[in-house]
Amino acid sequence: MTTVLKTDTALLELALRMGDNALILGQRVGAWCGHAPVLEEDIALANVALDLIGQTKLWLSLAGEVEGKGRSADDLAFLRDVRAFRNALLVEQPNGDFAQTLMRQFLFDAWHLPMLRALKTSADARVADIAEKAEKEARYHLERTEDLIIRLGDGTEESHLRMQGALDALFPFAGELYAADAIDAELAARKIAPELATIGDAYLSYLKGALADATLTAPFDAVARRGGKQGLHTEELGFILSDMQWMQRAYPGAKW
Amino acid sequence: MAALATIPSANEIWTWLEEVPDPEIPVVSVVDLGIVRNVGWEGGDLVVTVTPTYSGCPATAVISFDIAEALRRRGLNNVRIKTQLSPAWTTDWIGDKAREKLKAYGIAPPAGGARCVGDLKNPIVECPHCGSMATEQVSRFGSTPCKASWRCRDCLEPFDYFKSF
Repeated sequence: MTTVLKTDTALLELALRMGDNALILGQRVGAWCGHAPVLEEDIALANVALDLIGQTKLWLSLAGEVEGKGRSADDLAFLRDVRAFRNALLVEQPNGDFAQTLMRQFLFDAWHLPMLRALKTSADARVADIAEKAEKEARYHLERTEDLIIRLGDGTEESHLRMQGALDALFPFAGELYAADAIDAELAARKIAPELATIGDAYLSYLKGALADATLTAPFDAVARRGGKQGLHTEELGFILSDMQWMQRAYPGAKW
Repeated sequence: MAALATIPSANEIWTWLEEVPDPEIPVVSVVDLGIVRNVGWEGGDLVVTVTPTYSGCPATAVISFDIAEALRRRGLNNVRIKTQLSPAWTTDWIGDKAREKLKAYGIAPPAGGARCVGDLKNPIVECPHCGSMATEQVSRFGSTPCKASWRCRDCLEPFDYFKSF
């Protein structure tokens, strides 16, 4: 008699959500390489992108393992279509100017760090191990973005204007990061992931303090834009994927 | 290479691994950096457990390859490299001897060790060129994931700081 193992759908979704956030943001940030306003920031952006792509490999390898269909991290990154991606809408938003890139990173880092910290005590040891590794990197990322947000928000008239504009445009996408759906509820009940409401409380109270230091005002009552975690994306993601995946689509199985 | 007549001890293998240089910073070995976590036999296989420094560090794959290659040259053909994420790599695993080697190479060693004062977020870093403590951070990031860019206000030279992590 053969036993058919049922795929742990909730765990698979968690690995895809964490992995796709890192992948799409890493791809976005990587596009700055050679274009940043100053050399030091160019190096910083490339390094952050590298950390995120490294984390992507860990999460998507786990996703492939949980799914049990023999798909590798590369298969999942390069051969899935838009609706199969589970990243939050925030990370697929365009690079815009440096203020938008920085604000997107800050809003992500400020959520990523408490999320990873909580995942370190996951009931699934593989999730806990990845979180332990990624948390150290996320902490370093947030130190940089917090510093820059404050310096540019509370900087010149021009830099303040741009940072405030970026915050107004991007804040509505932040709510999705801590809005729980049925999968999040199942993961929390099984102690695989934290209650997202708890992460949301910590996130918002941290944002209030840091943004006040930056003399910026967030539209806290803005309606949250959602859907990415369920595969319903903004039009931006398709363009990212066509750029990122075209090689594997045009030359299937091509290797270095 | 012919198979070995006797099975080398774990201690002997550690000594061999101490000769495998880090591909990016060849003055220190993969053992110096704390990347090799364990060495042991499982059946007929030698299993070397390694941990990545940064999850996206491109040197990680090269390090695994270099370790297997170095052991093959010693006659060990059945080598398996196992990656372990937890406990996560920390610069606390870099010993004093390796810190001296980094400094002599022109890289300021990570804070938290014997040579550094100040807290980890705002370390006071000694210039590896002139020994001055009047140094400042230029960028939190540098030429490899493990380094940040600094400069000395006394001798005016830029230098890499192996960031505390």
